[in-house]
Amino acid sequence: MRPSDITPERIWHARRQVVALLGASALPAWGAPALPAARSSVPGAHASDTPTPKRDVISYNNFYEFGTDKADPAELAKDFKTEPWTLRVEGLVGKPRTWGLDELLRLAPMEERLYRLRCVEGWSMVIPWVGYSLAALIKAAEPQGSAKHVVFVSKADPAQMPGVKQRVLDFPYTEGLRLDEVLHPLTLLAFGLYGERLLAQNGAPLRLVVPWKYGFKSAKSLVAIRLVEAQPVSTWQRLAPREYGFFANVNPAVAHPRWSQASERRIGSGLFAKRLPTLPFNGYADQVASLYSGLDLRTHF
Amino acid sequence: MRSPPKAVVWPLLALPALVLLAQAMLDQLGANPAEALIRGLGDWTLRLLVLVLALTPLREATGYAGLQRHRRAIGVAVFIYATLHWSAYLVFDQELDLAAVLADIAKRPFILVGTLAWLLLLPLAATSFNAAVRRLGPARWKRLHRLAYVVAPLAVLHFYWMRAAKGRWGEVAVYGIILAALLAWRLRRKTR
Repeated sequence: MRPSDITPERIWHARRQVVALLGASALPAWGAPALPAARSSVPGAHASDTPTPKRDVISYNNFYEFGTDKADPAELAKDFKTEPWTLRVEGLVGKPRTWGLDELLRLAPMEERLYRLRCVEGWSMVIPWVGYSLAALIKAAEPQGSAKHVVFVSKADPAQMPGVKQRVLDFPYTEGLRLDEVLHPLTLLAFGLYGERLLAQNGAPLRLVVPWKYGFKSAKSLVAIRLVEAQPVSTWQRLAPREYGFFANVNPAVAHPRWSQASERRIGSGLFAKRLPTLPFNGYADQVASLYSGLDLRTHF
Repeated sequence: MRSPPKAVVWPLLALPALVLLAQAMLDQLGANPAEALIRGLGDWTLRLLVLVLALTPLREATGYAGLQRHRRAIGVAVFIYATLHWSAYLVFDQELDLAAVLADIAKRPFILVGTLAWLLLLPLAATSFNAAVRRLGPARWKRLHRLAYVVAPLAVLHFYWMRAAKGRWGEVAVYGIILAALLAWRLRRKTR
């Protein structure tokens, strides 16, 4: 059922007029500012799955900077300041640079992409993201020949983030990818979802989305992207190397040491919905499996 | 203070389950209703378990014996909530696949401990009738029902392990401290 099946169009149009009249369109209670986008032409960018309802996407989140319960981020990130915001692109690049958010929003045309998101905990969502291929930003920085990997650093502000203050993890949260993974067209720099700018609990104002890897690889609220030579160690890998590898490609054949990864619960499908079989590379094998030819996925999990 | 009648106590014991049922039917259990239902039933199992163990110390400390008459009803409610909790796990998490349940028990220690705690409640529930008390004799019946003091730490350990992965100790600590105090009281009384 779509929201438009419940609320007559006349009424939601009227509601928007009320919001506009109040000049309150940017208030979180009324939703985030709109972020128009065109349908992406990247192969694999449009999952055939039913999108997860927005209310679930914005209320069921793992974002430990704001607490470890899934209801915490929506509750505790309400006043998170995302403007002004800068992103530093640095390391082994010809053109290191600090980007302002507005510059990044204009760097490439916004695309809508419907991606599956598979959490390492065994649940999944289907999210209509808005953004563009991260490759656009990386190419603008002109990577040097020695650059082989990329480090992503998330915001860590103890004054605004209770989880950072309580040190529930070794913050700032850092993630890492191989440069060829970063340059793959499916790797997304996301600024919005459901046609609107990201809310804080979803990683505002900009985040990484790598749809064929477990969700924790898709670092939120990015402040720095660093090109390096050696394979970096990410936050979860450092905390529990036996449980979280560098690659973290979705793989039903490799169990987490504490639970099976063979199936997943699709959020938003109701109490009686059956668990779905988890697919290799989260169903993106046609697009990305060639990146890993010759690599033993059991040891490089 | 008088003892509340059964007509009040029994519906109160059923209320949390009815609220969860209504939330499930009205799709008000949030993004992950299976998880919310299983956890909600588990929470109430633990609360009632702590309550039933607290009744006698409460009577001795305050002199209020009003709830003592309902000890059996609360004890049976613990068993019913534990059974609903485990059944919800079986139906909504494991989709009635017993082979998957066995694999899960082998894989996840907190599932093993929780299942063990529930199995230990079975003999208590089976002997909760007057005829069972008569047949066993009060002394043996009482000894058997001290199993509750084994079940409760297992239940808290199950809860602790579930929460440990996310470092959320707050509620676990509350149950742990209350339970430790109740066990200490029980041991002290025995040695006196």
